[in-house]
Amino acid sequence: MKLTDSEKAMLDGKEGHAVQKAMDLLVRYGDALGAERLVDTKNVCGTVTAPTPWKIEMAKKRGVEHGLHAGFSEMNLDSDEVIEVPRVKVYTCQLIQQYGPDTANLHEGSRDVLNLQKQADGFFGSRGVHIMATCTPYQVGNVPVRGEHCAWMESSAVVYCNSVLGARTNTEGTESTGAASLTGKIPDWGFHLSENRFGTHLVKVEVPVEDMMDWGLLGYWVGEIVQDEIPVLSGRIAQPELIKLKHFGAAASSSGGVEMYHIPGVTPEAPSVEAAFGPRRPVQTLSYGNKERRIAYENLNHSAKDRKIDFVMLGCPHDSIEQIWLAARQLEGKRLHTGTELWIHTPRALREVADRSGYTKIVEDAGGHILSDSCPAISRMMPRGTRVVATDSAKQAHYLPAITGVQAWFGSLQECIDAALTGTWSGGLP
Amino acid sequence: MLVLRGRKVVGGRTEGEALVTKDTISGWGGIDPQTGTIIEMRHELRGQSFKGKILVFPGAKGSSGWSAFFHRARLSGVAPRGMIFNKMTTKVALGAVVTHSPAVTDLDQDPLKVIETGDWVEIDADQGIVKVTKRKERSAG
Repeated sequence: MKLTDSEKAMLDGKEGHAVQKAMDLLVRYGDALGAERLVDTKNVCGTVTAPTPWKIEMAKKRGVEHGLHAGFSEMNLDSDEVIEVPRVKVYTCQLIQQYGPDTANLHEGSRDVLNLQKQADGFFGSRGVHIMATCTPYQVGNVPVRGEHCAWMESSAVVYCNSVLGARTNTEGTESTGAASLTGKIPDWGFHLSENRFGTHLVKVEVPVEDMMDWGLLGYWVGEIVQDEIPVLSGRIAQPELIKLKHFGAAASSSGGVEMYHIPGVTPEAPSVEAAFGPRRPVQTLSYGNKERRIAYENLNHSAKDRKIDFVMLGCPHDSIEQIWLAARQLEGKRLHTGTELWIHTPRALREVADRSGYTKIVEDAGGHILSDSCPAISRMMPRGTRVVATDSAKQAHYLPAITGVQAWFGSLQECIDAALTGTWSGGLP
Repeated sequence: MLVLRGRKVVGGRTEGEALVTKDTISGWGGIDPQTGTIIEMRHELRGQSFKGKILVFPGAKGSSGWSAFFHRARLSGVAPRGMIFNKMTTKVALGAVVTHSPAVTDLDQDPLKVIETGDWVEIDADQGIVKVTKRKERSAG
C-alpha cells in the first residue's frame, strides 16, 4: 500500500503509540485486501464497550480500568501490548452492545457483565465515543450523506448505509473500526470505489412485496442466492419505507453477505435498471415467485417444532418508534399469556420518545418490556427457561437457534403479538 | 504432490490437515469461539471444529463480528492453523489478519476442488505456495 506522508508519520509513532498500532493494523489489513491506499473517513461505527469473556477475565484479574485498556488494545487494535486508550480522532459511535443493569431482573445474565457494560460506557464516552448502543445508528442521527466514506460495522447497518443512503462503507470489523477511530483512515477498497457499486444480479419479483414479512422473506431468499453480490430488485415491489428496507437488508445480510442492493426508482444510485448495472451485464437473472417465497419461509422456520411459545422477541434490527406503536396498539388493554414473555427492542433515544408518548406504559401494562442497547442474539440473554421463541425478524430467526439452541418461529408482527397473548404459535404462510 | 500458487494474505509458514467446506462461513453466529466449532444451522460442517486445521473455504458471510470471533478463537487457542479461501472480502481479510495464521488466496486452481478434508497441506504464505499431499497417498505412504 502507498501511504501519504501524514500516514507514514502515524505509522512512525509521531501521533503516539495507540495511533501507531492503529496504523500498523490498517497497513496489514490493507495489504491483505490488496488495497492500494487508505481513504479518509470521518464517520466510524464500531464496538469498543461490549464486555466479551476475555475482557471480563482481564477486568477481574487486573481491575476494570486495566481491563478496558487491555480489551481495546487486543480487540480493537490487535495488539497484545496494553496501550492506554486515547480520545478518538473522528466521529465514532458505539453500535449494539450488552444490556445494561436496568435489565437485571428480566434474565439470568451475570450482574458483573451488566455492570462492566455500564462502566465501559463511561470509560469510552469520556474518550469521545458516542454511546448510541444500537444496531441502527441511522435511526438516531447518524445519517451519512451520499458519497461520504464511512467505516461501519453491523451488517444490517452497512447494507442500509450503502444501499439506502448512498454513503460508502465496507463491512468493517471490531479491529478495523477501532483503528479508524484513532486515525480517520480505512482501506480504499471495495464499496469505497465507484466501479464496485454496480448491480450483479437482476431479481424479478413476481409476487407482491408489500408488508414487513414480505420484505423479510425476499431478503432472506435473495441473500442466500446471491451471497455477497449486488442484487437489483425489479417487479412487483410497493414503495418501501425505512422499516421495510431495514428488515430486507438485515435478512439479506444474514442468509448471505449482501452489503449493497439497488431498487431502481427508490435507492439513490439507481434511477433506472440500466443505471443500477452501469457498465456491467447481469451475471444472472433470478425470479422470485411463490415457490421461492415458500423456500425462504421454510428455511427461516427450519428450527421450529413446538408451538408453545415461551418468548416473543421484537426489534431486530432495533425498532423504529412507529414499530413500537404498531405493537403497542395491538396490546392495549390486554394481558400477555402467563408464561410467555415479550421484549421489544429499540434504541435508547427512541425509548425516550416511547416513554413520552405513553407506548412504554401500554406495553408494560400488558406485561411486556421495552429494552435497549442489545438483543438476545448479541447478549445471549433471554427470559429464564426459554425454549421456543417467536419473532418478526428474519435475522433473529436465523441466528438465535444457532447461538443459543432455542427453536425460533418467524412470522408477522400480528402473529407474534397473537403468540404473546395466547402462548401458542398459530402463524403460517398465507 | 500437488502445488498451487496464489498470493499472501497473512505471511508465515504452516502445515496441517485440511478441513474443507464448500459453504461460506459466518463468524459471529456461525462459530463457537471457545471451541472452534461450526454452529450455523444447515452448514455442512455443523458440529466440527477447525482447531489446528488448515481451513479451506469459499469465503466469509454474515455478521461484521467475523473478525472478532476468529480473533477470540485465537485467544482461546482454537484458531485454524492456516486459511485458504477463494473470495476476498473485508470480513475474511481482517479475520485472517487478526487470527495471525498464515493465509493465502487467489490460487491458480480452485482449492475447493483439489483439496479434500484429511489431505495434508503445507502453506508458505510469503511465497504464495500451497503443497497438498492427498490423503490416499498419505495412507499408502
